[in-house]
Amino acid sequence: MKTNNLRIYNHPILNKLKIKGWVKIKVDGKIIKAKKGEMIIAALMANDIKINRFTIKKNKPRGLFCAIGQCTDCVMVVNGRPNVRTCITPVENGMVIEKQHGVGRVDRK
Amino acid sequence: MIKKEMVVIGGGPSGLSAAIEAAKRGVRVLLVDENLHAGGQLFKQIHKFFGSKDHQAGIRGFDIAIELLKKAREYNVEVWLNSPVVGLFKGKKIAIKKLMKNDTEKIVIIQAKKIVIATGTSENAVRFKGWTLPGVMGAGAAQTMINIHRVLPGKKILMIGSGNVGLIVSYQLLQAGADVIAVIEALQKIGGYGVHASKISRAGVPIYISHTILEAKGQEVVEEAIICEIDNRWRPIRGKEKTLKVDTIAIAAGLKPLIELAMICDCKCSFIPHLGGWIPIHNENMESTQPGIYLAGDITGTEEANTALEEGRLAGTAIAEALGYISTEKAKQIKNEIWIRLNELRLGPYGQERMTGKNNLLLSYNKINTL
Amino acid sequence: MALEKKGYLTKKELIGSSGYPSEERFNRGPVAVIECSEAIPCNPCEAACKQKAIKIGKPIINIPVLDEDLCIGCGLCISRCPGLAIFVVNKTYSDKEGLISFPYEYWPLPVTDSIVKAVDRKGKVVCSGRVIKVFNNKKFDLTSIITIAVTKSKLDEVRGIKRIKTCT
Repeated sequence: MKTNNLRIYNHPILNKLKIKGWVKIKVDGKIIKAKKGEMIIAALMANDIKINRFTIKKNKPRGLFCAIGQCTDCVMVVNGRPNVRTCITPVENGMVIEKQHGVGRVDRK
Repeated sequence: MIKKEMVVIGGGPSGLSAAIEAAKRGVRVLLVDENLHAGGQLFKQIHKFFGSKDHQAGIRGFDIAIELLKKAREYNVEVWLNSPVVGLFKGKKIAIKKLMKNDTEKIVIIQAKKIVIATGTSENAVRFKGWTLPGVMGAGAAQTMINIHRVLPGKKILMIGSGNVGLIVSYQLLQAGADVIAVIEALQKIGGYGVHASKISRAGVPIYISHTILEAKGQEVVEEAIICEIDNRWRPIRGKEKTLKVDTIAIAAGLKPLIELAMICDCKCSFIPHLGGWIPIHNENMESTQPGIYLAGDITGTEEANTALEEGRLAGTAIAEALGYISTEKAKQIKNEIWIRLNELRLGPYGQERMTGKNNLLLSYNKINTL
Repeated sequence: MALEKKGYLTKKELIGSSGYPSEERFNRGPVAVIECSEAIPCNPCEAACKQKAIKIGKPIINIPVLDEDLCIGCGLCISRCPGLAIFVVNKTYSDKEGLISFPYEYWPLPVTDSIVKAVDRKGKVVCSGRVIKVFNNKKFDLTSIITIAVTKSKLDEVRGIKRIKTCT
């Protein structure tokens, strides 16, 4: 088992991390393991994925900033829906998450 | 339209405190919070609080949160979570986006007799070249990731700001297993308590005063930071630049009250830098310039959890008195005791400016009232 | 003052301060060392001491004063201080070594009898230490107290150990 050393399993003050189960989510085509019920951003960070989206004009990367749903820097396209704040949205098994480009307008092809 | 006696907006320490204090006396209280959990920032505070026994000294923030939630349940405070307040109208009408049982959302309008706005603060940003790179975040964000989500935002951290938040979050990052490469402070002395600084010094974290950050560099994420010593006119001194290999830059540059709700219902505000910016004016009962609308906690000035708890108690007591649930005499006694404890918490060199700021707020209220 | 510029107190600033015992008291047996120098509203140490050896009084921003004759060096105060600023030093442990007990809130805890890297107030490793006791009790509210033996000459400097494991 690969030990993910970005997850804090042991902590001097907080209880030992209890994993109630794992789910599988797809991030930009790649399947990663996420802790049941955790916020999307936590699953991404634990897998060293720090870029959530790219800006509309200059295509610059953006990532987590406030972590409490106030700044919207962490938004991604979740199950086809853009502008989802990944820091306050819990993961679900089979969730499809993609880096958002700009405001995530649906392409009318 | 639903009618409620008392609505508390915000379930952090001050909101919970106000709710409990009023509910204890028989007031029927509804507490609403936009988050999935109540407790505000308390669950992130894994360190021991200062103060005296009356101030819950020696107890960790999350234990205080657990105790408050228990008491709120005990006194039958109604709690709606995941319920942001989206409007605050004349006549104390509140619009709340409520999550219904079938997972849909509905706007619910509540007619309240008394309202407490206890929405707290949000982090300030410091802008520098490269600040938009992923890896640059608020210190509170780093704290949320490690203490709530149990994930490290990075392994090598640069902390900007040496106030208590910067020092405490640095310590907590060390406890989470990260390395804090440095703490930088623009002022000529460390902003937070000496004992907090000593804790991280003992762990080998250097604190550089009179330093600023010039740039965050990296291809797509933070890879290094360029810091520089500044002169007494805030200008970077050429030749004193230092490049630090970091993957995370946490910004602890102060907090400012979230006053939108207070503003949209016309509460008068005063600009007090030492309390964080624009502060809604209140009297000794924590009542704003809008009768029936009270304020408590960090929205009335960035302080600490201790003062938030006491201000919540003040507002709750004042509301119980206004609604006739306790006598004026009993209320006076309780309020006096709370004010003694509040004044105690604002003593000393670290409390001085807050004390002055708070006194100015009370003076402003009197001035407005006599006009 | 080094504290506000650098973040640590120097030995010179501590000697003679109200929480720092005299050399004579150090040589009589274990004693508390309170390295708290700022007027902050805080007094759990006063209530913690069963010997009533720590005095703050009112107002609670008073800097704690240690009565070195009443203090028996029991260490109850170590974990009570929210600032982790209290230590117990024993300069009479043996001819060559002394003991320092300090609060420790990191994971993992060192193992008894292991050799650790002892650090000074700046976090610099000044010598090695041998772990004599690791006290981790729920009553101390998750603040562990570690006692290590170090060479006597370093006892005034050592105030902790280097973290044992980090993620990097």
